Amino acid sequence: MSKKVTKLLQKEFGDKILLATDFRGDAEVTVAPKHWVEVATFLRDHEKSAMDHFTDVTAVDYPEREMEGGARFDVLLLCRSMQHNHRMRLRTELADGKKLASLTPVWSGANWAEREVYDMFGIEFEGHKDLRRILMYDEFEGWPLRKDYPIDRVQPLVEYRDVDSTLKLPPFGIEEGQPFARIDWEERLAGRDEQVSPSIGLQLGQRRALSDSKVAEDQAAELAQKKAADAAETPES
Amino acid sequence: MEAPDEIFEDEDEALEIPADPMRLNMGPSHPAMHGTIRMVLDLDGETVMNVDVQPGYLHRGFEKSCERGTWAQVFPYADRLNYVSPMLNNVGFSLAVEKLLGIEVPDRGQYYRVILGELARICDHFTSNGAGAMELGAFTPFLWLLKVRDWVWDILERETGARMTHSFGRIGGMAFPPTDGFADDVRAIIPEIHKVVGEAEGLLLKNRIFLDRMQGVGILSKERAVALGCSGPVLRSTGVAYDVRKDHPYMVYDRFDFEVPVGEDGDNWDRFMVRMEEIRQSIRIIEQALDQMPTDGPVSVTDSRIMLPEKREVYTTIEATIAHFKLVMEGLKCPKGAVYSFTEGGNGELGFYIVSDGSGTPYRVRVRPPCWYNLQAVREMLIGDMIADIIPTFGSINMIGGECDR
Repeated sequence: MSKKVTKLLQKEFGDKILLATDFRGDAEVTVAPKHWVEVATFLRDHEKSAMDHFTDVTAVDYPEREMEGGARFDVLLLCRSMQHNHRMRLRTELADGKKLASLTPVWSGANWAEREVYDMFGIEFEGHKDLRRILMYDEFEGWPLRKDYPIDRVQPLVEYRDVDSTLKLPPFGIEEGQPFARIDWEERLAGRDEQVSPSIGLQLGQRRALSDSKVAEDQAAELAQKKAADAAETPES
Repeated sequence: MEAPDEIFEDEDEALEIPADPMRLNMGPSHPAMHGTIRMVLDLDGETVMNVDVQPGYLHRGFEKSCERGTWAQVFPYADRLNYVSPMLNNVGFSLAVEKLLGIEVPDRGQYYRVILGELARICDHFTSNGAGAMELGAFTPFLWLLKVRDWVWDILERETGARMTHSFGRIGGMAFPPTDGFADDVRAIIPEIHKVVGEAEGLLLKNRIFLDRMQGVGILSKERAVALGCSGPVLRSTGVAYDVRKDHPYMVYDRFDFEVPVGEDGDNWDRFMVRMEEIRQSIRIIEQALDQMPTDGPVSVTDSRIMLPEKREVYTTIEATIAHFKLVMEGLKCPKGAVYSFTEGGNGELGFYIVSDGSGTPYRVRVRPPCWYNLQAVREMLIGDMIADIIPTFGSINMIGGECDR
């Protein structure tokens, strides 16, 4: 259904379309950030595409891609045509600290969506007239949906009371017990790659979150070598 | 002769009304703002000149929380998005993961999902319309509608074990097959729903106060609604017949004969009436689904890499034990990739954009909350109306804080 739009875009923009995929029937087109608004406006205005119904703008954080030299964020636009009943997903890769042109002149609905992306990822939109935090409060520091923002960090506006004397204490503090998340992004990005869930362990292949568990394999091989070396040393002594 | 002039001059000064609009904070915990939300109003007399709607007071970090567990552990969070129709969220999320996996649920499971989902939609519309009327002083219809909503919840409780937050959806099906008396229970409740909808309409539709406060208030135009990304009853009330169930049929919705009610003006009245009519259409879908639903067969896929094997097998066979262990400890492994899957939730297009990196943990779960965009349109509905009109307009949006703020 929306393959037509992909072809239309490829015909119109040629090399500006960096990638066109069709995973599970979701048509997705990748463009460079500088063509973001141009392609979006074309999607809305061309009669064969006519994507007048704004659906969503969101982002995904890939800090590991940045370490490999790529751009850190994926920003995505989802839109839909009332007339033709087809959809398109527009994607762009944006480096950290770079600004993206705002879509608010194209669809008014992008207003809150872009504010949310700014609030959660710290991506700034150029030309947005009212770019301020929307879900979090103004005093909040950091960008919560970035992978390097720890999930258990708290920033209370009013300081927590000292609850030593009450019986409402949790059974353990935040540093004790089971880790809250299965992936410790802080460790992973620092290169130590000590994944959480120590109770589960490396052997189960659990600690790796990525599908390619090359690091886990390397660690296992290292461990095996060490064991072999230990075994070789023991009879000598 | 000079004295009166002096008096007039003084009076002029005394009666001078400041030309600046008055700024008024409404919320975040105002009794009429169900769902914690704050509105900063600029008022000229009683007329709303400008309004800044500030959501976020119920933000709990849904999307961040999803990134810390397994795919299956998202269901309890999804329940708490739109907590008056949790079954629709459950089904929406499982459909998204199933799309990523490339699997399809057996027919019986699909019908089961449709029926439970439509019951949840009826509950959602009951709540919205009932509470909306209550805020205008009509308490009786609210109580009557909620009485029947409770009976619907009785059915859901019998099926799922919980009245509200069911966590009943599973990736690849439903947690349990329908109970023995399910079809009879649902058939028995249908006349009651019809009856109470009629009764509520009888109480409200000719009530002068209700008419005055609903008709012509909170108007949204068709073009603006589309550009602002509205969906669901809010969009349909403006005259756009967009319903995901009709336009992009998912599950088995293409097998049912039902209509999409639309309004004309996009005012509170139309939103109210669209919801009332949708309850009737949902009943039509349920009746047809009950007739078509197979009485035998599985409701879930039997692949033990996706669904938990049966408990009896887990305790007796080693294969099932291993499958169970792997699913619980490592989680379901989704292929690498990203999909956007959308369903018709209680308030409109409920979308899930999910990204998997191939491990057992979701890389990113983005929910496209219909409330978010409907609420964005509230600003345009309110400007120019009176301050008292905020209550019915905001009520007719049916903003659910859990879904809007996540």
